[in-house]
Amino acid sequence: MGATILMPALSPTMTEGKLARWLKKEGDTVAAGDVIAEIETDKATMEVEAVDEGEITKILVPEGTEGVQVNSVIAELDGGDAGHAAHGPEQPVSNAVQAGGETAQVAKEAEDYGAVAARGTARKEGAAAETQPAASPEPEKEWGETKSITVREALRDAMAAEMRRDDKVFLMGEEVAQYQGAYKVSQGLLDEFGPKRVVDMPITEHGFTGMAVGAGMSGLRPIVEFMTFNFSMQAIDQIINSAAKTLYMSGGQLGCPIVFRGPNGAAARVAAQHSQCYASWYAHVPGLKVVAPWSSADAKGLLRAAIRDPNPIIFLENEILYGQSFECPTDEDFILPIGKAKIERKGKDVTIVAFSIEVGLALKAAEKLAEQGIDAEVINLRTIRPLDIDTIVASVKKTNRLVTVEEGWAFSGIGCEVAMQVIEHAFDHLDAPPVRVAGLDVPMPYAANLEKLALPTVDHVVDAAKSVTYKK
Amino acid sequence: MVQAAKAGPTKRRGKATPTPTSAATSNTAGGMTQEQLLQAYRDMLLIRRFEEKAGQLYGMGLIGGFCHLYIGQEAVVVGMQTCLQPGDQVITSYRDHGHMLATGMESRGVMAELTGRSGGYSKGKGGSMHMFSREKGFYGGHGIVGAQVSLGAGLAFANMYRNDGTVCLTYYGDGAANQGQVFESYNLAALLKLPVVFVIENNKYGMGTSAERASASKDRSKDGTPWGIPGEQVDGMDVQAVREAGLRAVAHCREGKGPYILEMKTYRYRGHSMSDPAKYRTREEVQKMREQHDPIETLRKILLDGGLDEGKIKTVDDDVKRIVADAAEFAQTSPEPDEKELWTDILLEAR
Repeated sequence: MGATILMPALSPTMTEGKLARWLKKEGDTVAAGDVIAEIETDKATMEVEAVDEGEITKILVPEGTEGVQVNSVIAELDGGDAGHAAHGPEQPVSNAVQAGGETAQVAKEAEDYGAVAARGTARKEGAAAETQPAASPEPEKEWGETKSITVREALRDAMAAEMRRDDKVFLMGEEVAQYQGAYKVSQGLLDEFGPKRVVDMPITEHGFTGMAVGAGMSGLRPIVEFMTFNFSMQAIDQIINSAAKTLYMSGGQLGCPIVFRGPNGAAARVAAQHSQCYASWYAHVPGLKVVAPWSSADAKGLLRAAIRDPNPIIFLENEILYGQSFECPTDEDFILPIGKAKIERKGKDVTIVAFSIEVGLALKAAEKLAEQGIDAEVINLRTIRPLDIDTIVASVKKTNRLVTVEEGWAFSGIGCEVAMQVIEHAFDHLDAPPVRVAGLDVPMPYAANLEKLALPTVDHVVDAAKSVTYKK
Repeated sequence: MVQAAKAGPTKRRGKATPTPTSAATSNTAGGMTQEQLLQAYRDMLLIRRFEEKAGQLYGMGLIGGFCHLYIGQEAVVVGMQTCLQPGDQVITSYRDHGHMLATGMESRGVMAELTGRSGGYSKGKGGSMHMFSREKGFYGGHGIVGAQVSLGAGLAFANMYRNDGTVCLTYYGDGAANQGQVFESYNLAALLKLPVVFVIENNKYGMGTSAERASASKDRSKDGTPWGIPGEQVDGMDVQAVREAGLRAVAHCREGKGPYILEMKTYRYRGHSMSDPAKYRTREEVQKMREQHDPIETLRKILLDGGLDEGKIKTVDDDVKRIVADAAEFAQTSPEPDEKELWTDILLEAR
């Protein structure tokens, strides 16, 4: 059985090249793997190896020939094989490079353009699919008796409850065990669960995050505490490229159930490197869920759900909230769904969308607005991705006005996404352009007065609400 | 799982390999029986022929993007795989086709992933650098240089957590060995006594930069010294030498003594990826390795000198050729993934 040797491509975009040199001549016998020729493009030189064994019976393209089309026959082995179905150039090949020359380039560009256009459509479908309204917006479950606890206690209780429930759950991070937590969130966990399940890590975020992701891929359920999310930047490659994308890249075989948690955003007087909100960084990435609790109930209910979730979760806490107390259900089974926002205050004049510490700010603003005759509805996002756009849209359809509040920078921020989705879903219902209240577009300053100026205030929210309701 | 790949004709003993003790009692040269050597020959040849075919399909435009061939380095994975037991894990970088075949993944499923077809291990969504098989203990296939090293430490962490005596082989190249997270992983692995064998495949070039120009560390097997991790340099072109060292390393891990480093001195015949101008080394250097140190030719000679019938080798050659031709055929006829697959496998449903 004979075979043909084809002009190979060096890259998917190569259409032709120079057959620089033959290293074998007619009559030579070749074995698989033997180098038989060299080809060149303007970029590179490559050796052509024989894949089949046999005698070179004919060289069809002499050495030195320029512009040899990819996939054209350059030589025959054992007399060639017209009927050899698998590799002949007549074989339909989907790649545009096959056609060769300028036509292929034009076709390639057209194809790229088509792909971009198609992606636009697909994204729309995807967005719609992702935000498909739940059958009917169920009212939040009533959990009965509550007790006032701090956010810090709520987070610890959530971890303890899930660690009791599932022995695959463990906590790792810097100072989580013997030191009892840099912010005391893991207080008491080492005593109850021991050093196997509450694991102190050296200061080596990149390494231990990768290690945790590997453990997650293997079926454990790690909780990774970042002392603050600022330090997750050391490890962001592992979070995005390894944790978020592997399920997709493996065709659904290999997921990574893992929670990355820790304080996010500005603390107080710690300057630019320690005061940043990472919500929009992580919310950008398909394959991650991003959760941002405000109250103790949020913290406890959402962290329990995050630990049980089979996907990688970014759980953004806030250091200033750790010591604040809120009523929290005492029911042992208390848990909250990821992906559901909560209407913290009902109102009819303006929708204020906030998350994390800014929910408190929005509620204070709503009180001030009430004094001035403006009835604000305050939505606590709870989850940033997947975004509960249904709750937001339903509210905007009622109030016809939108204000977003976040501590992070406005540019490419969560407010952008909320406003854009409202425009996509409820443009005709808007009576005013949405307004974003956000941190100023500067690195966080250290000086007390400057820091105060850089962050959103109650008055900013009040002013924004008044502007969208056209009230002075 | 990959149905089409399962239907493939490839037969392989998977990881049911002899334990160190049984090998030691029935040994010939290098602790391997004639039968084991023939199996190693077959496994290496399968990788060689598979990669040559992949190179050809790439040349025809049937494989896109990046394609990093393993030709020349076959003895490393094949030798190391003989040291493993069921339940052990393997993780590596993007030069990963050889590792997949060595763990017993089907040629069909791997080749069809290269062509981006639905019969591929990742349904065509991962490509050359991103394939996985939990069943075979293969955890990828990772495209970010060095990232698999801390992931491998994590697989070993899970082994320690479960205390099930399993070991993770974590492969990376001489280029990746310069990444910061590799050293972070050495520290973590030594600190926590993780059962992980760090296998550095030193093929002398990180893309076009020679190891000499990239690292002040001249003996990478000693890179774990500050953390007390034992290491050795191994002739990675000799499958028996690889196995001997591999058995020592794996035993060390199984005994709970923590990590081990093996620096495999190996060589890749082909470019870093398909479009490699190869200006950084001479043709003579490549030719010399091929002619004097080729792992497959060397073993073939050992087998023949050991009295093996040439006909048996021919049977293996034909068998491998048939498997690869079948895989290539499958990879071209398996349909492209359904457009619906665009939106699947992004998140798992929370229960």
